[in-house]
Amino acid sequence: MSDDTSTEILALPLDSWHRARGGRMVAFAGYHMPIQYEGIIAEHLWVRESAGLFDVSHMGQLMLSGDDDSALEEALEALLPANIKGLAEGKQAYSLLLNEDGGALDDLMITRTPTGFYMVVNGAVKWDDIGHIREHLPDAFTMNHMEDRALLALQGPKAVDALKRVVPGADRLFFMEAGSFLWGHEPLWISRSGYTGEDGYEISAPAEHVAALADVLCAQPEVKPIGLGARDSLRLEAGLPLYGHDLDERVDPIQASLGFAVPKRRREGGFLGAARVLASIANGPPSKRVGLMVDGRMPAREGALIFAGDEQVGTVTSGGFSPSLQVPIAMGYVSPAHAALGTALEIDVRGKRLAATVTAMPFVPNTYHRPLKSDKGAAK
Amino acid sequence: MTRYFTKDHEWIDVDGGAATVGVTDYAQAQLGDIVFVELPAKGAALSKGKEAAVVESVKAASDVYAPVSGAVTEANSALEAEPALVNSAPEADGWFFKLTLSNPGELEGLMDAAAYAAWVKSL
Repeated sequence: MSDDTSTEILALPLDSWHRARGGRMVAFAGYHMPIQYEGIIAEHLWVRESAGLFDVSHMGQLMLSGDDDSALEEALEALLPANIKGLAEGKQAYSLLLNEDGGALDDLMITRTPTGFYMVVNGAVKWDDIGHIREHLPDAFTMNHMEDRALLALQGPKAVDALKRVVPGADRLFFMEAGSFLWGHEPLWISRSGYTGEDGYEISAPAEHVAALADVLCAQPEVKPIGLGARDSLRLEAGLPLYGHDLDERVDPIQASLGFAVPKRRREGGFLGAARVLASIANGPPSKRVGLMVDGRMPAREGALIFAGDEQVGTVTSGGFSPSLQVPIAMGYVSPAHAALGTALEIDVRGKRLAATVTAMPFVPNTYHRPLKSDKGAAK
Repeated sequence: MTRYFTKDHEWIDVDGGAATVGVTDYAQAQLGDIVFVELPAKGAALSKGKEAAVVESVKAASDVYAPVSGAVTEANSALEAEPALVNSAPEADGWFFKLTLSNPGELEGLMDAAAYAAWVKSL
């Protein structure tokens, strides 16, 4: 996600739905979006124990297709460091768009569908992403920006209970799987994924029916609408980077501690920006994204400088107060010599030095619905 | 005792030369869930319009400016353990600090409760 605003602030399909439910609207990624309903902490904790509905319709939904599947796979592998050839139908992967220097232009989800590849990109940079993809994707392939689709996220341990009542069969998906479902006569594309660290779903629905779908979902006893404020505190606890803050064109995926997004088969290169990514893998990156637990109660925010003694060794890129842990947490980039788990550092906040410790992420364990290991073995 | 209000959504209770300062209910609602309050130290000299405290919500840090000048006599230590008092009782137990007025003339031009209510309504 990112939050740059453009000059004209636009309304999303659920604009009046949010207002009617008491959402406090702010400008985000060029759209009016709800920052909160009843309060960020209450909403955050509700998602961790039950289920929350988020409107993420500001994100870009792209469908890439073409007549020749293997040529499209090749073209996408030239663009992304992901293992596209190994991505089975109905499987989703996290990836990044990189510039020629290996810097992150955006992070995204990509899924193989029966007709092509479905991609969800961040709202604030979606127009740049579309230009970048169009520039690098051969003309033989079609990119459809599905502006007639809205996107909902239903997140939390009880999301499955609520959704299977509304969309029978959605409970059969595992984490990072997706498929098409019917809600009445309306086609939904549902993936079991999200950005809170919890089990949950992302649901692509026709824009003209999304208000009715949101009504039905929020009528389930497990579900409340949740604003962007809690989305941010949830993803921070989950250790997930926010584009424009924890990720930008200056950093490569290895530096951003997203090495899993460059799977083994792709570590031979052959994608845009590969030279720097491979060099980062071989020699180590110039800095590393790490999690930080901060002593006391004062939050350390984006931009705060990180010190080891008198030496500045990094900068906080996201920080706040963890509603689940009741302590301040942060993520930031530090030099590799200070990136090891358990390293004691200090963060300067308004002239005060706060003690902080490099901590494994996620800060709060995730609850993704993965197949049991024994099931996986049996399937093979 | 007289209560004054500022356009920055602070309240000031004045009793002779002593004043108690906090933020209004409107301010706490705008700030959202408060997780930390950084208060001035006892003895600190505050100047009207200058930074006096910092309120941290989940989302962001916001400066609180001194509504009047004076020397801090006490900071509300209850906010260290329970910053959410600013949300639950902003105009009572959630007060920020007490000070001795150094220039009582600064109170002129502040609003009373009725004027403040009208100001909030106009926002």
